[in-house]
Amino acid sequence: MKARTIVEKIWDNHVVTQQPGAPALLYIDLHLVHEVTSPQAFSMLRQRDLKVRRPDLTVATMDHSTPTYSRTLPVLDPAGAAQLEQMEKNCAEFGIRLYNRLSDHQGIVHVIGPEQGLTQPGMTITCGDSHTATHGAVGALAFGIGTSQVGHVLATQCLLQTPSETYAIQVDGALKKGVSAKDIILAVIAKIGIGGGTGCVFEYIGSTIRGLSMEERMTICNMSIEGGARAGLVAPDDTTYQYLNGREFAPRGGAWDAAVSCWKQLPTDEGAEYSKHLRLDAGELEPMVTFGTNPGMGIPISGAIPNPSSISDPMAKSDLVKALHYMALEPGKPLLGHPINVVFVGSCTNSRISDLRAAASVIKGRKVNPKVRMLVVPGSQQVKKQAEAEGLDKIFREAGADFREAGCSMCLAMNGDQLEPGEYSVSTSNRNFEGRQGKGGRTLLASPLTAAASAVTGVVTDVRTLL
Amino acid sequence: MKFQTLESKTVVIPTDNIDTDQIIPARYLKAISKDGLGEGLFRDWRFNADGTPKPDFPMNRPEAKGAQILVAGDNFGCGSSREHAPWALTQNGIRAVISTSFADIFKGNALKNGLLPVIVPPDAHSELLHSPGAVVKIDLRSQTLVLPDGRTVEFPIDGFAKHCLLEGVDELGYMLQQKSAIAAYEAAHPSSIRA
Repeated sequence: MKARTIVEKIWDNHVVTQQPGAPALLYIDLHLVHEVTSPQAFSMLRQRDLKVRRPDLTVATMDHSTPTYSRTLPVLDPAGAAQLEQMEKNCAEFGIRLYNRLSDHQGIVHVIGPEQGLTQPGMTITCGDSHTATHGAVGALAFGIGTSQVGHVLATQCLLQTPSETYAIQVDGALKKGVSAKDIILAVIAKIGIGGGTGCVFEYIGSTIRGLSMEERMTICNMSIEGGARAGLVAPDDTTYQYLNGREFAPRGGAWDAAVSCWKQLPTDEGAEYSKHLRLDAGELEPMVTFGTNPGMGIPISGAIPNPSSISDPMAKSDLVKALHYMALEPGKPLLGHPINVVFVGSCTNSRISDLRAAASVIKGRKVNPKVRMLVVPGSQQVKKQAEAEGLDKIFREAGADFREAGCSMCLAMNGDQLEPGEYSVSTSNRNFEGRQGKGGRTLLASPLTAAASAVTGVVTDVRTLL
Repeated sequence: MKFQTLESKTVVIPTDNIDTDQIIPARYLKAISKDGLGEGLFRDWRFNADGTPKPDFPMNRPEAKGAQILVAGDNFGCGSSREHAPWALTQNGIRAVISTSFADIFKGNALKNGLLPVIVPPDAHSELLHSPGAVVKIDLRSQTLVLPDGRTVEFPIDGFAKHCLLEGVDELGYMLQQKSAIAAYEAAHPSSIRA
């Protein structure tokens, strides 16, 4: 048999039918749903008198429009409140399990899936959200889809899909102190650009990736879309099995042993061919920070903001000029030492317990700079509970930070948590597009360590000076 | 939604990597229907904070009125999976976007809403970028585009998407016809999610 990549194996395992002249009909093992991209899909089901084919493989949560100031106080924004109410109605009517604001399992859709063991190796997973690739960390093929496709999966548990190429992102070597998974993925995107992975699925390989924890792998897979990829994954290994074993929806007993022996067949075969291959030396990486208005506009923290005069392509040059104008940053200058207004620790990229621990390790015994507003938003109620059990909430609060309920929060500023026009944030989220964190807001993407260090000093800071 | 031919003048936004947060900011995603999303299109590029239009934004110029074709820079539609982006574009009368490349999720969403993503080579793209308001002819059946200078260029499109657009075939309808194959697959592949 031909040597195959893990992507090809998962694909082959899920083709329901392949009719001539049509894309493959791919079976979806898990469909995750949230309040923002699903209402129009449920309306379509009603209009066409269709049912949800597999409510047992469909799980819904509230995260995007969900307030983080309280779980019980009313939702102040009427549009947000209406959206959450509609989610309740849709899930009740179609028989879908919903983790609402009061549930102990509520949280960001990409945090709760792995946390509860719903996300498993070899699965196909969809969600109406571009960061669905996060679930690739356990070795699943996970696609972000639009609302029409949310309707398709609800009605048929399938997706019409054409195969993608597999792009190997290989990272080898030991990370230096203060350099984290977030810095790896920001460096990858800075290297290949935000369209570099279009049409591809990333498979992250190499000794550095193997040495990462599951949560660190999630951070990396999460931002695959920021490199333009359709999905991103890491082949499962003992780290994966140890993480999943005993989680609520993971198989148990004999079923667990049987599942693990299937999952062990998934890793890419020796001799399988990748369409593209990028190699990075982890030892050369520094903490990364973005200066511009897309996630590819990133530099090592000690670097200088690029100068448009060094770019020959006229479109690329004018895009950089436009980005620096929006960010009010000067070419050639360092970002280090630049004053900031807000620090956000959260989002499906960096809101898990290890992210909160990392931020707390820097904050502990220090104060948030009085000029800075720091918001720490756990990815789920379970993460929040764990953080409280470890006393991390106290560390943040005593330092002057705000410690919130779970949700997407200031990553996309749909729930009222947002920047004021002109403010700078150092944010552990995934996108720095114009207005992403609030109209006129200016986002610098970085790791939880860098964000926490910058919160303490009030300026963009190299965390290694505080370690 | 059908698409066969289109002849229209163009409106040009000469920027690469136009992300879906620019096409429609997140604050417009709280809708529970598709109604009224058009007003969010390029909201913060089109309008000042007080709601007055920015006269320099290409879509606000008098010559852009009635344009059904948008010409934009490379990697159009990157970022979020929000289908609100093609909904907002079509609600403003845009029926085709021409670029050198599109983000995957946006391209798929556009095709499901009768909005044609047209990928052209850099020289044709450059000509279009430099001639806003020029009239362009698109023929989906022959996958061709007639440029303002009369040259014809071909563009690629997935065969099934083309068929659906030309004939007005509904993808979900096609999928529902595969019911027995789906049932057979399910019978052979029990879920590993613990009930």
